[in-house]
Amino acid sequence: MNDIKKFSEGPLLIRGGRVVDPAHKRDGLMDVLVREGKIAQVGKNIKVSGDVSVLEARGLIVAPGLVDMHVHLREPGNEDAETIESGTRAAVAGGITSVVAMPNTRPPMDNVAGVRFILRKAEESGAARVWPTGTITRGRTGESLSEIGAMVGDGCVAITDDGASVANSQLLRRALEYAKVFDLVVIEHAEDRALMADGVMNEGPLATRLGYKGIPRQAEYVAVARDIALAELTGSRLHVAHLSTLESVELVRAAKKRGVRVTAEATPHHLTLTEDAVTRCGTNAKMNPPLRLKKDCEALVTGLVDGTIDAIASDHAPHTRSAKEQEFSVAPFGIIGLETLLPLAVTHLIRKKALSWTDLIRKISLNPAKILKLPVGHLGPAAPADVVLIDPNRTRTITSFCSLSQNSPFAGKTLTGFATVVIVGGRVVMRDGLLK
Amino acid sequence: MNLPRKNILTKNQVRVLIEKMAKTILKTVPEPTAEWVVVGIQRRGVPLAERLGRHLADAGVPRPPVGTLDITFYRDDMDEVALHPIVQDTDIPFDVTGKVVLLVDDVLYTGRTIRSALDELMDFGRPKKIYLVVLVDRGHRELPIHADVAGETVSTAADEMVEVHLEEIDGEDAVWLRSPGKESPGRKGAR
Amino acid sequence: MKDLLGLEKMTRAQIERILETTRPMKALFTRSIKKVPVLRGKTVALLFFEPSTRTRSSFELAAKRLSADTLNIAVATSSVTKGESLLDTAKTLEAMKVDFMVLRHSSSGAPDLVAPEVKARVINAGDGTHEHPTQGLLDMFTILEKKDRVDGLRIVIVGDVLHSRVARSNLWGLTKLGAQVTVCGPATLIPPGIREVFGKKVQVSFNLEEALRGADVINVLRLQRERQEGNYLPSLREYTELYGLNQNRLRLAKPDCLVLHPGPMNRGVEISSEVADGPRSMILEQVTNGIAVRMAVLYMFSGPNGFTLDPSEIEKENNAIEPALRDIA
Repeated sequence: MNDIKKFSEGPLLIRGGRVVDPAHKRDGLMDVLVREGKIAQVGKNIKVSGDVSVLEARGLIVAPGLVDMHVHLREPGNEDAETIESGTRAAVAGGITSVVAMPNTRPPMDNVAGVRFILRKAEESGAARVWPTGTITRGRTGESLSEIGAMVGDGCVAITDDGASVANSQLLRRALEYAKVFDLVVIEHAEDRALMADGVMNEGPLATRLGYKGIPRQAEYVAVARDIALAELTGSRLHVAHLSTLESVELVRAAKKRGVRVTAEATPHHLTLTEDAVTRCGTNAKMNPPLRLKKDCEALVTGLVDGTIDAIASDHAPHTRSAKEQEFSVAPFGIIGLETLLPLAVTHLIRKKALSWTDLIRKISLNPAKILKLPVGHLGPAAPADVVLIDPNRTRTITSFCSLSQNSPFAGKTLTGFATVVIVGGRVVMRDGLLK
Repeated sequence: MNLPRKNILTKNQVRVLIEKMAKTILKTVPEPTAEWVVVGIQRRGVPLAERLGRHLADAGVPRPPVGTLDITFYRDDMDEVALHPIVQDTDIPFDVTGKVVLLVDDVLYTGRTIRSALDELMDFGRPKKIYLVVLVDRGHRELPIHADVAGETVSTAADEMVEVHLEEIDGEDAVWLRSPGKESPGRKGAR
Repeated sequence: MKDLLGLEKMTRAQIERILETTRPMKALFTRSIKKVPVLRGKTVALLFFEPSTRTRSSFELAAKRLSADTLNIAVATSSVTKGESLLDTAKTLEAMKVDFMVLRHSSSGAPDLVAPEVKARVINAGDGTHEHPTQGLLDMFTILEKKDRVDGLRIVIVGDVLHSRVARSNLWGLTKLGAQVTVCGPATLIPPGIREVFGKKVQVSFNLEEALRGADVINVLRLQRERQEGNYLPSLREYTELYGLNQNRLRLAKPDCLVLHPGPMNRGVEISSEVADGPRSMILEQVTNGIAVRMAVLYMFSGPNGFTLDPSEIEKENNAIEPALRDIA
C-alpha cells in the first residue's frame, strides 16, 4: 500500500469519503476500490494489500462521475471556440466524466462518418468520455430524416436537431416513431420558430426598455405542448431540453402524470439567473431559450425537486470573444457551462436545501445516463470507474476557464462546491484543479 | 469661498465711480455723437453697460443702444473647465460695422475675457473702433490688452479675488477683495 | 457623464440643462457668421452604420457651427454582414484621436457596447429600436419653445411605437419632465410592458380619436412600409384609415396643438399633407432645432469629464472614467 501518485493509473482505494450513489441507494461513509478501470468494490473499511494507491476522501463527497447530457463541443467546424480536447478538459475540470455532444457542428452530425469522427477524436484527445448524438434531419434543415439507424449502430446515443425545433409536426412524428425501433430518445429543442421570430431576449418590459426584440415564453411552451402531444401519439421517448418557463414545467409534469414517456432537463443558468442578467452581463446573458423571470427559476427548482425535471445539463455553448463582443442582436446565443454546472448546483440547490446530495447526483449523473442508456452514472459492480470527489465546502471565485471560450455570466462569482479529484475509467485525470 | 474679504468700494463709491466713468468716456471718445454703441460682457458688464448708457444720455449725447455679449463660446480654456457655465444671452440688436463700440466689463484681470469678447465682436461685423471700459482694473495681465477707461485701479496679489457686486444681480453695489493668503496662509496650496 | 447613450440614463436636471443651452445655440443661427470657435481643433466622427441623411447632416452642421472638424464614415454594409466588427471600427477611430463618435446603428445597445471601450465621447444618433436621444431632446425643445413648459402637457405619440427609438427617447424625456403621454397605435405596434417601463404617466390607446381629445402635442411616428409584410397591419390603407393624422382628427385636439414628426414623412400614410404643411406643423422647426440641440449636446459633452452638472459629479465621473482610460493607455 502506498500513497497515491499524482495521476494514478493502477488499483486505487478511495478511502473514507461520503459515497453518494443513488442507483444503489448508497449515502454514507464508505470506501471505493477501483481496479482495471472498473468499480471493484464499495463498502465500509475495505482491506487491501499489495500495490494499491490510496486516495483519502475524508470530508469529500464520492459520487459517480457527472454526466452532462447537453454539450456543444464545436468540433468540427468551430475549433476556434472549442475542440473535443479543450471541451472535455473543461468537463473534467468541472467534475464531468461524460459529455453528450450535440450534433449541430459544421457540418452537422447527420451520418455515420460524423459519429465516427467524434468518437475517433474523443479517443485520441478526449479527457472525458464523449457520447455522440446525431441530427434528426439531414443537414439539420428540418426536411428529411437522417440515417438514424446507421448512426445508432456506430454509437449515436440520441437524436436531436438542437439549436432548433423540428418545425414540421409530421416529420417529428415520423422521427419519434422511427426512433422507437432503436428505443432511442428524441431530444427536442422546444421552440416555435415563427413565434420566436428574430427575438434575442425574453419578451417583456425589460426588452421593451432595452429596445431588444423579445422572445415570448409561449414560443417555448407552444412547442413543448406539441412535442408532448406527439410523444403521446407515438408512445415514443421524448426528452425536452433546457426548459425555461413555468408553463413548460407544468406541461411536462401533467404529461408524466398521464404516463407519457417524457423526460426533461434544465440548465444551471435558467435555474439561477433571470433576464436582469442581460443588463449586467450583456451578450454573456444572451442564450436560447432566453433567461426568464424569477417565477420561472422557482418553477424550475420545484420541478427538479418533485421529479418533473430529470436532469441538470449545462447547454455548454462556447463562442469566441470576438463573436460575443458584438452588438447584442448580432452576437450568437449561448454560454459555457461545463465548469460551473456543479458549483452552481451545490451553491444554489444543496446549500439552500432544495436538493439532497442523492437527489443532485441523480440529476447530474444517474438520470442523464439512464435517459440515454449509458453504462455510467453509478458505482455498481464492474461499472466503468468514473468517479468524482467533491469538496462540498470549497469556495472559489470564478476567474478563468479551461474552455477555449470564456463566455460566461458567472465569471467573477464566488461559488461553493467544486470537484477535487476526477477519475475516468480508473485513471485520475484531475486533482485539485490540475488536469492530467 | 468663505475667504476673509475686505470692502474696497462702498455703494456710494460705486455709483460715483460709474458717473465719473461716463464723464471720462465723453472726454476719451472723440466725436461722441458719431454712431456709437455699448456692449456689456455677461454677466456684470451688462448692468454696468446699461447704467453707463443712461449716464451718457443724461450728459446730453444721443443715448447709445446697448447690447450684451456672452463670451463662453470664444473662451480659450474650455478644455479645462469641467463645469460648463450656463450660456447667457448674446443680444446685439444692431449692426456693429462702422460703429464705435464701448466694450464694458466689471473687472479687467488677465485680459483673456476681453480677447474672447473682441473675437466674438469681430464675428458680428467690423467696428470702426472699440474702446474698453472697466469698473476695476486689478492688474496681472496675460495679454497685451489695456483699458481705455478704468473706474478704479486696484493693486492685488494674484491669488486674491476682486468681486464686483451690482444691485441688478447681487442686490447691492459694492466691490470686495478676498484674500486667501493673510489669515489662513496654509490654504493657499489647496486652492 | 462621458457619453450620451439615451435619455433613460439622464436626470431631469441634465435634460433641462441641455435644453437651456439649446436656446443660445439657436440664437447663433441669426448671426451672419453662424460659427463659433468653441470646439475648434476637436474632431467629430460621424459613424453611420445605417443610412440617415438627415440625422447625419444635422450632426455635421452642428459640429461645423461649433468649429469642430467632422469625419464621415458611412458603413454601407448591414450589421449582420461579416467584416470589421463594430468594436474594431471604434478602436480604429480612437487611434485616430477623434474626440466624439456620433454613432448610428441598426442594433439596439451598439453605443453602449462602444462607450466603455473608448475615451472619445459617444453620442447615440439612434440605435436599433432602443433610443434616439437627440431626437427626443429636439422634440422637447420644440415643445418647450412653443409652450414654455412640458410639465402637465398632454402628449400623444401615435404610430409604430414598438419599433421606434424616437418614441422611447420621447417617453423617457417627456415623463421625466412631467408630461402625460398617451401612446396610440394598433396593438401589434405597442411594445409589451410599456407601462411597467415608463410608469403610470403613460397611457395606451388603440383609438386615435379618443387619444387626441385635449392633446397639447401630437408626435406622429414614421410608419415603415415593411410592417405590412411582418403582418403588423393588414394594409397601409387600413392603417391610414385608423391612425393617419388628418385635419378632421386634428380638430379633436386642443386648438393650439402642435404636430411633430421626426421625418422622413410618408405623406398620405401616417400624416396628411394638409396637416404636415399646416400651421400647427412643427416639422421644419424640428429640423432647425435639431441642429441647435446637437450643438448643445456636443458642447455640453466636450468638457474634460464629459457632461457635468455640479462639482460633486466631477468627483464621481473622475472615478468612473479614470480606470477605463488607464486600461486603454
